Amino acid sequence: MIHLALPLTLVAILAGAGAYGVIARRNAVLVLIGVELILNAANLLLVTMGSVTADPLRSGHVLALFVITIAAAEVGVALAVILALFRDRGHVDLSEPGT
Amino acid sequence: MTTLDVLFAAIGLIAAASAVLAVTTRHLVHAALWLVVTLGTLAGCYLVLGAELVALVQLLVYVGAVVVLVLFALMLTRAPIGPSPEHTSGPVQRAAAAVAGAGVAGLLGAVLLTALGGRLVSTREGRTHGVAEQLFGTWVWPFELLSLLLLVALIAAFAVSRMPSATGPEVTSPERRADEAVEVP
Repeated sequence: MIHLALPLTLVAILAGAGAYGVIARRNAVLVLIGVELILNAANLLLVTMGSVTADPLRSGHVLALFVITIAAAEVGVALAVILALFRDRGHVDLSEPGT
Repeated sequence: MTTLDVLFAAIGLIAAASAVLAVTTRHLVHAALWLVVTLGTLAGCYLVLGAELVALVQLLVYVGAVVVLVLFALMLTRAPIGPSPEHTSGPVQRAAAAVAGAGVAGLLGAVLLTALGGRLVSTREGRTHGVAEQLFGTWVWPFELLSLLLLVALIAAFAVSRMPSATGPEVTSPERRADEAVEVP
């Protein structure tokens, strides 16, 4: 038995921290870390709801697995884009305008 | 307070603290390492919630692969070792970001806690056998589609990283501006 308030609070904290990271950071890789935190908040909510509802399809857990896979693909493409950006500009500072 | 409550509170406290540190630290590499702590403790949270398969996949894919990719990105973009305040925005944008982050956390927490917060529930739905049966039964076509997505992402990553790089802004910018001018109308 578990109180649902604890996982839900952690979801809110993770999403808030991720949003702060996306807005406050200037380095592209650090922005990516913020995006990962938001994705993990969504994942934790999916797993929590999947664990506590009597769903015969196990949607919560299966969708959490899907989100993890899509996040892996996203990070691969993002790494390639960041490297192309670095080769083009010599830095990955997102606050500076492109040429 | 039940046993699972105490366990989840202990692990979740570490996860929340390391998540906040990951977005506020001034060391670039430390941010990635705090992300490792966050993702690992989140796998512990999934274990407490009874989702063993998701916890193991989280450890394998996130801690094993995603963080290594992030560290590679830091290394290949010549991230400096040591504190580097120029990677965070100025105080005004940081304050705005703090307001936005607190707003997101407060709004999400308020909605979720008022909707579902008071419930005391048992976590008996996450057995691996049932999840595997559904994953390879009901969800098998989306699952196969995901492998196609991974393939496409891999090829796209190759294509993007092998794109001809600009030799200089004055050489490429006229072409680029011409392309944009063609595409805009």
